Amino acid sequence: MSELALTPSQTVGPYLSLGLTWPTGYLVVPEDAPGAITITGVVRDGTGAVVPDGMVETWQADAEGRFDHADDPRGASGSGFHGFGRSSTDAEGRYRIVTVKPGALGDGQAPHIDVSVFARGLLDRVVSRIYFPDEVEANAADPLLSSLPPERAATLVAEQVGPAELRWDVRLRGEGETVFLAV
Amino acid sequence: MTIHHPSTPEIAAYLRPPAGTHPPLDSPAYKSTGLRAPSQAPVVLRHRLTEITGPLLTGEIGPNDHDLTRQHAAPPIGERIIVSGRVLDSDGRGIPQTLVEVWQANACGRYAHSVDTYDAPLDPNFSGGGRVVTDSAGTYSFTTIKPGPYPWGNHHNAWRPSHIHFSVFGRSFTQRLVTQMYFPGDPLFPYDPIYNSVPDEKARQRMISSFDMENSVSDWALAYRFDIVLRGREQTPFEEPHE
Repeated sequence: MSELALTPSQTVGPYLSLGLTWPTGYLVVPEDAPGAITITGVVRDGTGAVVPDGMVETWQADAEGRFDHADDPRGASGSGFHGFGRSSTDAEGRYRIVTVKPGALGDGQAPHIDVSVFARGLLDRVVSRIYFPDEVEANAADPLLSSLPPERAATLVAEQVGPAELRWDVRLRGEGETVFLAV
Repeated sequence: MTIHHPSTPEIAAYLRPPAGTHPPLDSPAYKSTGLRAPSQAPVVLRHRLTEITGPLLTGEIGPNDHDLTRQHAAPPIGERIIVSGRVLDSDGRGIPQTLVEVWQANACGRYAHSVDTYDAPLDPNFSGGGRVVTDSAGTYSFTTIKPGPYPWGNHHNAWRPSHIHFSVFGRSFTQRLVTQMYFPGDPLFPYDPIYNSVPDEKARQRMISSFDMENSVSDWALAYRFDIVLRGREQTPFEEPHE
């Protein structure tokens, strides 16, 4: 067996946009793709102040619950769906991702999007998940959501704010602190 | 009503990082952690399909994204260097075709960013951002200039050691890593709360590149080597025979 020792994490610092800005990074799918939805939200710190220098990344299955990735034991989908979104937060702390709702994976989990948040003051990314408000039954049976107290689980479920728009805020610390995950 | 099939194939999880390798999010010596580090311990998530897969990005690589000294009309001021290494997992396997993104200050320690107010010259010939995709062995290489140290507002007379920011993906969501590469022998190491936020001293030292005479180019540039090691996988579980 192994083992090479791991490289430690460090903060992205305040100047991450120099290296990590992609003008179209927020487009997991084109804005006019069938089934496209927008997920937006505001990242806030322990005082409730917005975080204007952060970055949100998303990773998810396609609408059929598949990944175009060879490590998926069900096989790579071959669809070319890249599943990745990246949005800097703006002066109001807001990020925005355009994507499709992921399908169920068929393993008992409710449809979800994995999220990483990076910012100055975070020495490592923080990881969370976005779940969907129209999946009441699947959410109730989801192994992660059902393991959490209801008020904590609620921090992981997005809010429907328009026909094709969801809102999911991130509270890094303090009142209503988002559930973060060790992966 | 959906019928779930819990008999999805067993998945080999990724190894959890040993204690002391990554900085605690709440690191009081680095003041900005105070309002941004979560107060509650993270919930341990079992690795399932979304975690053992991840973005396989090759990015939109421009012709000079790998050479930060050739992104403008003239070369930047500073000590030209070549930085290369491998992106590996902890089993020693190179990770091919994976995106590596970097950003850094100029030779005077100034970032080409509107938020940076350090009274040091901007270099019109240096933007400080680059990206490259690893080759089939997981090797990457950049040409740049050596960034300068710079002051920051964390405490009185606080200075960051020279560093280059690195962002890597590996091949799974669990492997995502952002780190900083330092230079050997920097006298600022003992004073920097970000470098010292990594509890384990040996782990800290793994963020320091090594001087690389072998890859230096005569009459052109000295070289530094920096390997990035991401988490490997647990042994693949044995498949139980099913009826």
